[in-house]
Amino acid sequence: MKRNGVWVASFTASVVIAIVLLVAGPPSVTANDQPSAAAAEVKIDNFVFGPQTITVSVGSTVTWTNKDDIPHTSVSTDGVFKSKVLDTDEQFSYTFTKPGTYPYYCTIHPKMTGKVVVQ
Amino acid sequence: MTDKKQDLIDQKLQDLNNDGVDRRGFLKCMAWAGTGLVWTMSGGIPTSRAFAKGHGKDAGKGGDFSFVQISDSHIGFSKPANPDVTATLQTAINKINAMPQKPDFIIHTGDLSQLSKPSEFDTLDQVLKGASAKQVYYVPGEHDMLSDNGEQFLQRYGKGTKGTGWYSFDQKGVHFVGLVNVANLKAGGMGSLGHEQLEWLEDDLKGRSASTPIVLFAHIPLWTIYPDWGWGTDDSEQALSYVKRFGSVTVLNGHIHQIMQKVEGKVSFHTAMSTAFPQPAPGTAPSAGPMKVPADQLQRVLGITDVNYLVSGRSLAVVDSPLDGSGSSSAGSGGS
Repeated sequence: MKRNGVWVASFTASVVIAIVLLVAGPPSVTANDQPSAAAAEVKIDNFVFGPQTITVSVGSTVTWTNKDDIPHTSVSTDGVFKSKVLDTDEQFSYTFTKPGTYPYYCTIHPKMTGKVVVQ
Repeated sequence: MTDKKQDLIDQKLQDLNNDGVDRRGFLKCMAWAGTGLVWTMSGGIPTSRAFAKGHGKDAGKGGDFSFVQISDSHIGFSKPANPDVTATLQTAINKINAMPQKPDFIIHTGDLSQLSKPSEFDTLDQVLKGASAKQVYYVPGEHDMLSDNGEQFLQRYGKGTKGTGWYSFDQKGVHFVGLVNVANLKAGGMGSLGHEQLEWLEDDLKGRSASTPIVLFAHIPLWTIYPDWGWGTDDSEQALSYVKRFGSVTVLNGHIHQIMQKVEGKVSFHTAMSTAFPQPAPGTAPSAGPMKVPADQLQRVLGITDVNYLVSGRSLAVVDSPLDGSGSSSAGSGGS
């Protein structure tokens, strides 16, 4: 039956996907929660700050790079830092000298939020 | 008009007469009729204007006045799917100039520029100078308020406005209100009007007769379309509470680069196409970034919105036309 055929096909497809996932192993763990070296990168891609939370050590410089075709900003919610408008591939860097949690957002697209944790 | 087009229109009118609303396909036209809103929709590209039953006689004469909404020109944008947004804005203006009924004015619902650069605003001014309608009303989009909190926009386009650029005016008995919902946006939020503007709006509408047709226009939709992408305005509910008592309210927005509409009571909401690039339907892409389409299809997803006001029957008819030209030539009096 055609209906069965379709079902079998989609079942087979999901088995294949499952196997591929098994071979590939679990998604690699990103360094989100690990204090990183003195330079850290945040990529702005598809209207998302990635990683959304980045943990760095005191004295680290975080660099934001806009990979979208639309301009974004990276502005501290508490007024600590404020980028200019970043067009495609433009960057902004800020060096964090004090420990703390620094929430920030894109003032053009305020749904975009992120956090820098300085330890 | 071809027989095929006429058949389509006849079919749509038939559907309209049967149940009042044809829900299939894409919005082509909607018209106020007394206290009720009648929609006419057609599958695909608008080919003609069709008015509600009983208003056919008005269709041939056209409205008492009309205006055109354009939006999201993004002058300065130069990436796929549109490396030449100045050219497509020019096409939009040419289309307006070719309309059989000359619009009284143009409303631009924001994102004139991509990066708020003086040169971008200059280019926009240059193109709009060629429009047959000399009066243009603007509200800013978030792209027009970058770096300088909208100072430059206000100097160029907001003379005599209040606050960050809001204002109202009257045209032949219709009250128009231009609102700004792209200033002082809060982290995690959507569009915002703010307390000061809301107070002004309440005051502006106070004392006006409930029979006055109201048109609100602002950049970001004043209804929540898709919160995940910020496609809404956090305090729009309060603004809309002030227009509840009016018999005819039309809300025109841009920002989302596609046509969407909703009717809630006596309020009809409508978003316009961009003149620059399309954006994906809510949730159909990883983000709201520009939607890339083949070059030969671009002008089908860009367009302008023509609004006709008919005093007899107190109706507002909204017709969206893509830039690719199919249909606009027959938009004058066909259909009913």
